[in-house]
Amino acid sequence: MTYRQQQRIKRICWVISLSIVAIPFVFPFLWMVSSGFKSANEIFGQPSLLPDVWRWRNFVEVFEYQPFARQYFNSIYIALVVTGLTLIVSSLAGYALARIRFAGSVLLVVFLLSALMVPEEVTIIPNFFLIRWLGLTDTHVPLILLPVFGPQGVVATFLMRQYFMALPKDLEDAGELDGLSRIGIWWRIALPLSRPALAAVAIITFLHSWNLFLEPLVFLSSLEKFTLPLALGNFTDPYGMPLWHLQLAATSLAVVPVIIVYVIAQRQIVESFAMTGVKG
Amino acid sequence: MKPSTVNDPRRTERAPGLSLKMRGMLTAWLFVSPTVAGFMVFFLGPLIAVVFYSATEWNMLSQTSTFVGWANYQDALTRNPDFWHVMRNSVVFALGLVPMNIALALALAMSLYRPFRGVVVFRTIFFAPVVTSAVAWAIVWKFLLQGEAGAVNQILATVGIDGPNWLREPNWAMFAVIVTRVIKMVGLNMILYIAALQAIPRDFSEAARLEGATNWQIFRMVIWPNLAPATLIIVVITMIGSFKVFDHIYLMTGGGPENGTLVLAFYIYQQAFEFFNVGYASALAIIMFFIVLALTLVQILLRRRGSL
Repeated sequence: MTYRQQQRIKRICWVISLSIVAIPFVFPFLWMVSSGFKSANEIFGQPSLLPDVWRWRNFVEVFEYQPFARQYFNSIYIALVVTGLTLIVSSLAGYALARIRFAGSVLLVVFLLSALMVPEEVTIIPNFFLIRWLGLTDTHVPLILLPVFGPQGVVATFLMRQYFMALPKDLEDAGELDGLSRIGIWWRIALPLSRPALAAVAIITFLHSWNLFLEPLVFLSSLEKFTLPLALGNFTDPYGMPLWHLQLAATSLAVVPVIIVYVIAQRQIVESFAMTGVKG
Repeated sequence: MKPSTVNDPRRTERAPGLSLKMRGMLTAWLFVSPTVAGFMVFFLGPLIAVVFYSATEWNMLSQTSTFVGWANYQDALTRNPDFWHVMRNSVVFALGLVPMNIALALALAMSLYRPFRGVVVFRTIFFAPVVTSAVAWAIVWKFLLQGEAGAVNQILATVGIDGPNWLREPNWAMFAVIVTRVIKMVGLNMILYIAALQAIPRDFSEAARLEGATNWQIFRMVIWPNLAPATLIIVVITMIGSFKVFDHIYLMTGGGPENGTLVLAFYIYQQAFEFFNVGYASALAIIMFFIVLALTLVQILLRRRGSL
């Protein structure tokens, strides 16, 4: 065997072993989608990756069982609002912390860093009473405000600050000479230059809100207000046992669009997580 | 540098009576004001409040609250056997999850940090569970891990293994929860390791290879020491994450069976929002806060020392 052939065989073995490791990562997705097409009976029969009969009705029943369309919409609009607000709030604060020297800035950084160390589970109890006192339980307000100003928002702020600090200052100085105010410099010069950071913040914030579970669980009680993660676990029979065929059909509807976007924008999404991971 | 004289009149025109420095400061505080306000209302205030709550006996149903001092902490640490059971579970979860996660993440990163045909496909696959909601992930695995009808046991049966009823036996349930969580989150650490590996200059390994070092020696002597700072951060992040895990367990096992997977974050939720023991739950939250704080300080200290 020549050296090249040896290398070739080695490489093939390598890819095969990686593929075996990949099974538990891929298999759940395939099984989820295929079971979403099965009937309740077939699900408990002999397992097979493909359904005997493709039961499209599951995907209709998902919407009849509970206001799933409404819940889907809730998740989308909340995630969009949270993302928009986070982009504004974090880039404003990030810009000031990166570019303007002001009394209290060091203290503020220390305070914000300390927020990163405190899990949401610690502050959720008083936040529940605060929200109840404001009469905002069973509304979407806490699901919007808590992530924007919680640890996730702080991560976004530091990410923006980091990026602004690495930007060359010349353009901003030129803007100042042209008579732009600070807000103008931020909006017209700094923000357009930081699209990669804004994109990263948008991606991680959207996904965080989309997948949020503890806050909806604590604050929401009526079905029409539910978000997707809360709704998914809710396809049960009167005894509380899961109706697997509906549950998996609904889960597929929630997961597949995210996976499609992820596969298309894989590089960008992975990089966004890497940026925050190193920081957080 | 002197401020340009051309601009000076305009500045005083816009904000009469304020010095340049003052104006800069005002703008800065205007920029950070939403963050500061949100921080006070939703973070600092609640953090102070939870300390007070933890010193009260407060029942959410009867709406009564009395000051009890350290009693809730004493309850947790000395009287309530559940607490130590929960702590044991949390530690088992963390000690099971962290090494498994790190080892797998490093192995995957070592396999995937250099380009080859198909490398992107594999990276995409191993990272996919990270972007998937924990709820969906837990639901699917709960489905796959059912006793006899579950796909995992059916597959095991074809190779002659009689799988346990994964989520109904305490030890197996803990094992199953850990492994499925590792599969869910390992992609994140893999990415961090890939970045760290790509930052090591290639000459290091090349030089070692010319000296006749084996692959294992290169890993042991060159790569692993260079990864130490990354490893430190990854270990601490993963450990903190493992103490916070909630949704995954809530949906897969509901803390059961026999409280076998009841971990700290879940216990806090249960005490506060299912049993309405606000005081006790707040004391637990403070204990959790100190655990996370201690882990973070260890990380900072080790990084300061610079030996790692």
